[in-house]
Amino acid sequence: MRAWFFSENAYHLLPDPKEYDSIRVKLPNRYYDPKIGADLYHRFIDEWKIAEDLGLEIMVNEHHQTATNLNPSAAVVMGALARDTKKARLLILGNPIANRREPVRVAEEMAMVDVYSRGRLECGLVRGVPYEISAGNHRPTRMQERFWEAHDLIVKAWTSHDGPFNWEGKYFHHRQVNIWPRPYQEPHPPIWITALSPSGAREVGERGYVVACFLTGFEGTKTVFGSYRGRRDELKLPAAALDRFAYAALVYVGETDEEGYAGARKLMWYLESNKVPPQFTSPPGYHPTASTVNAMKGANPGIFRMFQNPALGPLMDAGLVFAGNPDSVYRQIMKMYEHVDGFGHLLIMGQAGFLDHDETVKGMQMFVREVYPRLKELA
Amino acid sequence: MTADRPGWLSVHGVTLEILERGQGRPILWLHGEDGLDPSAPFIDLLAADGRVVAPSHPGFGHSPDASNVDSVDDLAYLYLDLLTERNLRDVIVIGSSLGGWIAAEMAVKSGERFGGLVLVAPLGIKVGDRETRDIPDIFALPPDEVTRLQYRDPARAALDPSKLSDDQLTVIARNREATALYAWEPYFHNPKLKRWLHRVSMPTLLLWGADDRFVTASYYGAAYGGAIPGAKFETIDGAGHFPHIEEPRAFVERVRDFLAERKA
Repeated sequence: MRAWFFSENAYHLLPDPKEYDSIRVKLPNRYYDPKIGADLYHRFIDEWKIAEDLGLEIMVNEHHQTATNLNPSAAVVMGALARDTKKARLLILGNPIANRREPVRVAEEMAMVDVYSRGRLECGLVRGVPYEISAGNHRPTRMQERFWEAHDLIVKAWTSHDGPFNWEGKYFHHRQVNIWPRPYQEPHPPIWITALSPSGAREVGERGYVVACFLTGFEGTKTVFGSYRGRRDELKLPAAALDRFAYAALVYVGETDEEGYAGARKLMWYLESNKVPPQFTSPPGYHPTASTVNAMKGANPGIFRMFQNPALGPLMDAGLVFAGNPDSVYRQIMKMYEHVDGFGHLLIMGQAGFLDHDETVKGMQMFVREVYPRLKELA
Repeated sequence: MTADRPGWLSVHGVTLEILERGQGRPILWLHGEDGLDPSAPFIDLLAADGRVVAPSHPGFGHSPDASNVDSVDDLAYLYLDLLTERNLRDVIVIGSSLGGWIAAEMAVKSGERFGGLVLVAPLGIKVGDRETRDIPDIFALPPDEVTRLQYRDPARAALDPSKLSDDQLTVIARNREATALYAWEPYFHNPKLKRWLHRVSMPTLLLWGADDRFVTASYYGAAYGGAIPGAKFETIDGAGHFPHIEEPRAFVERVRDFLAERKA
């Protein structure tokens, strides 16, 4: 198993929650102090470099109009990391291409990071979270169709080397596509796609990309990975190797369980501060109609109830947080691993909120020294 | 002979749930973003004056999604096709809000089958400058606030999901999804429509709830009416953005008067 260190680059110095009704979309940026923000950028980049020094891979993501994540352009921060690092694989998970106007621009930026890093880019393509529909102003309906057209255009832009091609699709129009640079890796950087639903996972499985699950817990993850594997069986495609499956959780390893839990409670800032009203969590068309109907009836799946009122015990029981001493964390990861028939990538959300630099680094060091060697043996 | 329950109609390959009531002169009712409630009293009242033909737009009500229909432009051509395939003439086309936008787009494209046009607080035009939000962003406002803006009496419009069937809830969810499909961007308008409204050549009545807080008669209504040559503009007291729901009798009386003038 490979482990990836990722942080959301949050701006954690928020006003009293009573002062605002949404941390996303609407929170005025007067609450953001660019001088503190500059220090935070440098700190987080330093932490990614430390992750590389420790032998972890690097993961960056992208969000918009939110204090929970100050990377509105994953390509920009990964550009800095491509220069500052030497050996770690560099995963962007991902580019929200159903919300982006110009897939060709995404293809260019990703090719650039790939060349700049001498072929270390792993390129995630994601649909984008519901709260960012407003930030992108893209409509929330028929996003899957738009997503896959953007994907097709990006892959074609990466793999065409004989001058311009034409693209006049349903959603995107370019008559002269001919990107410079082209990617360093042949035929293109590995593609990762996040899936939340069985139908999404089936599409990813068909193509054999890496499928990633974020905080989906035991049952959600098992369903997604199972759908991926099932689709490949249906199509009589070769069984997928473990490196096709990734799971993201909040992870903190301490010397004792108590220290691990204390770190995890600080990571939970990410869930606790995620105050977002329903008009932004459920733009019409983003979720399947049946889920919208269930939500209207007040029958939210348990996992969403957990986000509304997070507590460490239930989150650990559900497999969203792995925390404690090294043996505890190893057991928790293995429980998830066995429950979902294995996965090859652990995406470690290892910094959030008030977890300071020393605590963040200690959590990484403990993981690398005490837990990672055992996970690496899983083939 | 009236059919109480909606039936089905195929228009050039697009399947529509359709409600038809009454006899006589054809009246095409184009519902708004709130969808079509077959039990709404205004439909029977209107059916006393003609044959009401009321489709649910693709994605609304129980009408299936149509993969190649995703804009108000598409809907306008779809309903012009409907008039042609049914060979309807001298049709009174009435549209509310989003449906008013569709009706206006139809009238701009081809008015030959129209007998008259009634626009009920129609959307579809850009009035102010680029930083003026002419139409409140229903997708960014709390649902209660949207109701407060759209109804004179929000309490009457409030829904209790626990009293609704799964089918009714599904229709509400689909109506919101389809609204997003057609009206997301540009938001509830066609930047070019106002410039072409001078082409509306049939007798036209604009009806506006006097208490419409969503798009006001004095601002949005005045701009709309001013862009259509010779259009009559009337307000309905005691009603918000959906006067046919809040004041169905007053609404139908205004339509009836308009029809009577057309016969004269």
